[in-house]
Amino acid sequence: MTEVPAGPLKRTPLHALHKELGARLVPFAGYEMPVQYPTGILVEHAQTRNACGLFDVSHMGQVRLTAKAGHNAAKALETLVPGDIAGLAPGQQRYTQFTNDAGGITDDLMVTSTGDHLQLVVNAACKDADLAHIQAGLSSSCEIEPMFSRGLLALQGPQAVTVLSRFAPQVAEMKFMTGAFVMIEGARCYVTRSGYTGCDGYEISTPADAADPIARKLLAHPEVKPIGLGARDSLRLEAGLCLYGHDIDTTTTPVEAVLLWSIGKERRLQGGFPGAAVVQKQIAEGSPRKRVGLLPEGKAIAREGAEIAIGGKVVGIVTSGGFAPTLGRAIAMGYVERSQSSNGTKVELVVRGKPVPAEIVPMPFVKHAYYRG
Amino acid sequence: MADVRYSEEHEWIRVEGDTGTIGITQYAQEQLGDVVFVDVPASGRKVAKGESVAVVESVKAASDIYAPVSGEVIESNAALADSPGDVNTEPMGKGWFFKIKMSDKGELTGLMDEAAYEAFVKSLS
Repeated sequence: MTEVPAGPLKRTPLHALHKELGARLVPFAGYEMPVQYPTGILVEHAQTRNACGLFDVSHMGQVRLTAKAGHNAAKALETLVPGDIAGLAPGQQRYTQFTNDAGGITDDLMVTSTGDHLQLVVNAACKDADLAHIQAGLSSSCEIEPMFSRGLLALQGPQAVTVLSRFAPQVAEMKFMTGAFVMIEGARCYVTRSGYTGCDGYEISTPADAADPIARKLLAHPEVKPIGLGARDSLRLEAGLCLYGHDIDTTTTPVEAVLLWSIGKERRLQGGFPGAAVVQKQIAEGSPRKRVGLLPEGKAIAREGAEIAIGGKVVGIVTSGGFAPTLGRAIAMGYVERSQSSNGTKVELVVRGKPVPAEIVPMPFVKHAYYRG
Repeated sequence: MADVRYSEEHEWIRVEGDTGTIGITQYAQEQLGDVVFVDVPASGRKVAKGESVAVVESVKAASDIYAPVSGEVIESNAALADSPGDVNTEPMGKGWFFKIKMSDKGELTGLMDEAAYEAFVKSLS
């Protein structure tokens, strides 16, 4: 998760708050970000699963698309992504991917329709490339507004609804994967009921100068504790969610990544996105490999890069692996040849040269707790 | 009186006669974060100074532990299998990793005493 910085690290609007809270700050995607607070990742993980955690995800890229006269922003965006964007009703949110001509994934993103425009949230490490890609593809049809200075707070966990309702009662009625403009502490925010933890919760897009005061107000509630990127990673892995650059990248297609659920039926038939021919062929004939969940026996942790073998023959590779605090055991995900990808298949994960028995299992590892009304 | 020496890789060794008890330091456990698994060496294993002999897994990453001296492993801390968090709470107590019968006590002179190690850690921040 850490990396060598290529220049001065950027800071989010919550940087001072992180320091006050005693965070351990590390370079991540060009930003100085909190990997953990003094309580540590295990406590932060449990806090989020059992109560409520506040994450600073302001490093992620927020982009607003507005149709130019005579154009349709959703239709335009569909030329870059396989998701059903034109079918989004105002206030609906969808998960999709930017694809390349080979069907590989150049980033994954959330798209929300406000009715008047589309709000995109893309990965921090990809946001400059994504913006250039959007500008190259959509400049004639859309006004493209990067909102990279805005704050983005994720309030996650079973008590997120209780806490955020104290600020704005209407958020309690919102369903998973919907969004709305909400006034919080006098600031106009865009709130979606979504996240990256498998928990119920919200992501709150704030004006840059409102992020810090809103974060402090949220943290003043006894249910809420600050959570770093370390627990964000262990939470998303338990939820079986892909981390871009690890579980999905330009070499994996949405079909291989088992993200076909995010491609609408009509779009599968009609294509019209980069790499559609490859994706359609894989839908029809099956992809050469598939992303699967892996449950190793014992305590050893198979991490990213560990080989997956059957009877000593390599059939795949682990793309994310770690300790699952909720389960008290190691979990992993990775890619295996499709012919070996059925649930229940016994494999070995090669950890420091030693084969560790493991089984292919369905994901998520920890049941999602989304609020669907 | 046991003598405790420290390595630049943040291991400590408590020396009693020919036996050394080895673990990781407070600084090391703070850097690692929550420890969730420790792969300790089996008794009888002969190790050379500098050899990777154990692995400590935190939530975030796996880290190698190197033998600060050469010798033969005579005991490993079996209790860590069920309570790896001892490495965080008592890195120089219950969180010890393994004991070694040293083959060359002269190697200890290459390690730091407490004052030197404290100065070394300060130089890192």
